[in-house]
Amino acid sequence: MQKTVNQRAWFLVLPVLILVAFSSVIPMMTVVNYSFQDSFGENIFFWVGLEWYKELLQSERLWDAFGRQLLFSFIILMIEIPLGILVALSMPKKGFSASICLVLMSLPLLIPYNVVGTIWQVFGRADIGLLGRLLSDLGISYNYSQNAFDAWVTVIVMDVWHWTSLVALLAYAGLRSIPRAYYQAAMIDQASRWSVFRFIELPKMRGVLMIAILLRFMDSFMIYTEPFVLTGGGPGNATTFLSIDLVKMALGQFDLGPAAAFSLMYFLVILLISYVFYTVMITVDKDEAKP
Amino acid sequence: MASLTLKNLAHSYHPNPGEDTDFALKEVNHTWEDGRAYALLGPSGCGKTTLLNIISGLLTPTSGHVLFDNKDVTASSTAERNIAQVFQFPVVYDTMTVGQNLAFPLRNRGMEVDYISQRVQRIAQMIGLEGDLHKKARGLTSDLKQKISLGRGMVRDDVNAILFDEPLTVIDPHLKWELRTQLKSLHREFGHTMIYVTHDQTEALTFAEKVVVMYDGRVVQIGTPKELFETPAHVFVGYFIGSPGMNFIPVSVAGRKANINGETINLNHDYGDPQGDVLLGIRPEFVRLTKGDGLPVQINHIQDVGRHKFVNATVFDVEINIAAGEGFEIESDMTRVEFDPSNISIFCDDWRINAEAVDQGTGAMT
Repeated sequence: MQKTVNQRAWFLVLPVLILVAFSSVIPMMTVVNYSFQDSFGENIFFWVGLEWYKELLQSERLWDAFGRQLLFSFIILMIEIPLGILVALSMPKKGFSASICLVLMSLPLLIPYNVVGTIWQVFGRADIGLLGRLLSDLGISYNYSQNAFDAWVTVIVMDVWHWTSLVALLAYAGLRSIPRAYYQAAMIDQASRWSVFRFIELPKMRGVLMIAILLRFMDSFMIYTEPFVLTGGGPGNATTFLSIDLVKMALGQFDLGPAAAFSLMYFLVILLISYVFYTVMITVDKDEAKP
Repeated sequence: MASLTLKNLAHSYHPNPGEDTDFALKEVNHTWEDGRAYALLGPSGCGKTTLLNIISGLLTPTSGHVLFDNKDVTASSTAERNIAQVFQFPVVYDTMTVGQNLAFPLRNRGMEVDYISQRVQRIAQMIGLEGDLHKKARGLTSDLKQKISLGRGMVRDDVNAILFDEPLTVIDPHLKWELRTQLKSLHREFGHTMIYVTHDQTEALTFAEKVVVMYDGRVVQIGTPKELFETPAHVFVGYFIGSPGMNFIPVSVAGRKANINGETINLNHDYGDPQGDVLLGIRPEFVRLTKGDGLPVQINHIQDVGRHKFVNATVFDVEINIAAGEGFEIESDMTRVEFDPSNISIFCDDWRINAEAVDQGTGAMT
């Protein structure tokens, strides 16, 4: 068959190129532009080269925020993934109760982020909050606005409350897709409950769990609204995660140049980690698919 | 190894079954003798798998009992029954190797390591996977996966019975024959009671010593392949066994004569005076085209399949099939058909009329 060469076909992708240009390429390029310049207002800019990047990479403030961010993501993954699986395993498999469960599980996911922050802000207050008051009446000293540890616990519990449902729903979907014959075969083979989980359920949930981990990682790594509403990044800088720090820098101090450089590095880190994650997932799949 | 007895066994998927039609499995009484190979044959949705799952304990019957060697196991768990079952679609443990898969049932029962590796070797050899024991099961083709499933079903040598639920559905045709032969030789060697569910009559007839035919939730006949072919107990058996199936012609029967549209067919036995829906059944193999005698026939088309010619014809508005041997010449003036009287079956309301019984009942001589 003879192929027709017609370069004009490229024009067909023009609309999408224009759309992408306006939605992401051009805004991002302005950020790139800011990151290499300095300004003293009145729309006058000076070229500073890599100065902002060098400064940021040497700044303790950024590294501290980065460390807090990694620790936070690590902790919530370690809690939400196993907990989500556990919840999914104990959910009813069919019938009316299953539907009720699904609806209840979805509720936290439907609440706007700043409302989640507000709910926990009020909930944890030592003077009027249900939780805070209860704890202080029990003689436990708890104050998330003054004690860094309490603030961390509250932020983590809040995130677990908000997002474990997502992991549970994904894991539940994975569990439901396992054909009955697997469970029947396991009964015939006299497999223990643990073996069923270890050799049937966990391998079959692998795909959805990978997605759950990736989603939760990216999302928690970019967390902003809830801790901002709850603690405002405090006490001190205890819960100042990367994006809170970034907003402080860009809008609080109006340091456009450093903030732009910060944004780009932040973006690259997320991109890099997600890419590594994705590649690992794909290679593992390929390796195991080999005959 | 044990004999399995089903006593008044019935099952319904409805919570409160009332009518007969609510039952996926209508009342069954049957004993599967120790060490024999059975096939459970029937169309999809006739209750075969339900029956199998009740035997293995995956399903608790609505009523009735399951006995292993006269011990009631109806309430026992699958593990207690010590049964092996192979499913229609391959079930392998993805993260394990082939060898670990085969060893899994033995390991769960706490067998000794030496014994396990010896059994795994033996079974792997039988299913032709001895070279692949260290491969991960995940990446294998479904053919090989199903072989692993079969292997896992056979790896325990102390099971009471091995149940196969259409195990060769996903297997390539040329491998089917080979695996079936291996199953048979395994049966000869170890003498397990085997029940093999299938909707493929060739598979059933070649595998089993006795075939249990199910239709619409009911066991309609249990017999050797020969019995099913020659004396089907139910219209469905006649239709389902044989290719093409039995021909059925509506007739009226009185004693030793069957009447159809004024023509008379002589019967070998006295069938009394059956009331209801009476059908004359005759296998295509026992119908012969003639030039002079028999019923008038109109030939529709002829199909040559090598060793046979199949003739499709019409007798009094009823379509019938005729199997003519290779050497048989079909001539244009063959306008009549004869039925071999010793191979005619008479059915009343779908069930075979047992001529001998009627003979005794009426005292007529045959």
